[in-house]
Amino acid sequence: MEDNLIVCTDLSKRFGVQKALDCVNLTIGRGRIVGLLGPNGSGKTTWIKLLCGLLQPTGGSVTIDGEAPGVHTKSVISYLPDRMYFADWMVAGDLLDYFEDFYKDFDRQRAEKMCEALGIRAKDRIKSMSKGTKEKLQLVVVMSRQAQLYLLDEPIAGVDPAARDYILGTILTNYNPQGTVVISTHLIADVEKILDEVVFLKEGQIVCHDAVDHLREATGKSVDALFREIFRTAPYGGDFTGGENTWEG
Amino acid sequence: MEWIIEGDRPIWLQLYEQLTLRIIAGIYPMGGRIPPVRELAAEAGVNPNTMQRALAYLEDQGLATSNRTAGRLVTEDRELLDAIRLQLAKERIQAYLQGMKVLGYTEEEAKALLLKEE
Repeated sequence: MEDNLIVCTDLSKRFGVQKALDCVNLTIGRGRIVGLLGPNGSGKTTWIKLLCGLLQPTGGSVTIDGEAPGVHTKSVISYLPDRMYFADWMVAGDLLDYFEDFYKDFDRQRAEKMCEALGIRAKDRIKSMSKGTKEKLQLVVVMSRQAQLYLLDEPIAGVDPAARDYILGTILTNYNPQGTVVISTHLIADVEKILDEVVFLKEGQIVCHDAVDHLREATGKSVDALFREIFRTAPYGGDFTGGENTWEG
Repeated sequence: MEWIIEGDRPIWLQLYEQLTLRIIAGIYPMGGRIPPVRELAAEAGVNPNTMQRALAYLEDQGLATSNRTAGRLVTEDRELLDAIRLQLAKERIQAYLQGMKVLGYTEEEAKALLLKEE
């Protein structure tokens, strides 16, 4: 088994002239919980989609478990997309059937237990669920696989704080101990406690990749405070005289 | 006892302090078993690796020992526990005096007030 689960070498992705990811070099080991942090539009979702093989890189390469994205990597990655992709005429039970058919590492019993804890019944129709309940259900099926790599794109953005705690607890207690979990989010204060390491993305580049406790020791700041410092944008103060207006250029 | 993680200090250090407190308070009694890492991590809502580091440090400090069959046990060294208990008590007294100083009480006044308190 390869020691490093994810290896990115000069990984780049352009959309037209827009550089979404710019020469990313990154190695992530096994058994880690990694926070992928960055403001909106910093390339988080693009990076995750490249790992899943949903996007093709314009430069560089990525391997997962020693292989380029393909049949093998898809069997070891459990992916939570940033938006719902299930047919909404299904009921929750249909979705479990669907996952059971698709993935041989799917643990149906575990999924049913989690649904029960969250008050989701097998006959509940996805169409009539609230946004938060849909997200919970989606997380339940994704975490019920015994995957090597869980890629969770914004798993907690749409749910209330109590559900957030439940979801983070679910991630902590249900992930495969040899597996790695990557959580992309900008709600840092909520996830900070459960992370081993963080990757800060800014405009498609990595500005920081370190262990959480090492960062806290070295900077004397929480990751949340550090994030606010790195990504601070001065509020517009109504000063019309200074600077050039690039908007109309 | 609730697990409280706050501010900017390393998380493993805060976990270590609270584990120590639990031992002193007798929640994990002398010679008793400390729950497994994963259970503690889930309870505190933290990463298991972080909890592992806190427990390893607990062992380094002599407060716990690893046993292949029984898991992790609290030390039976009463002297060590007493010394740590006294240390923690002193820290709390210093914090009290500091707080009173901010309110404008001298050390003597602060002590006198404390003695009068029921």
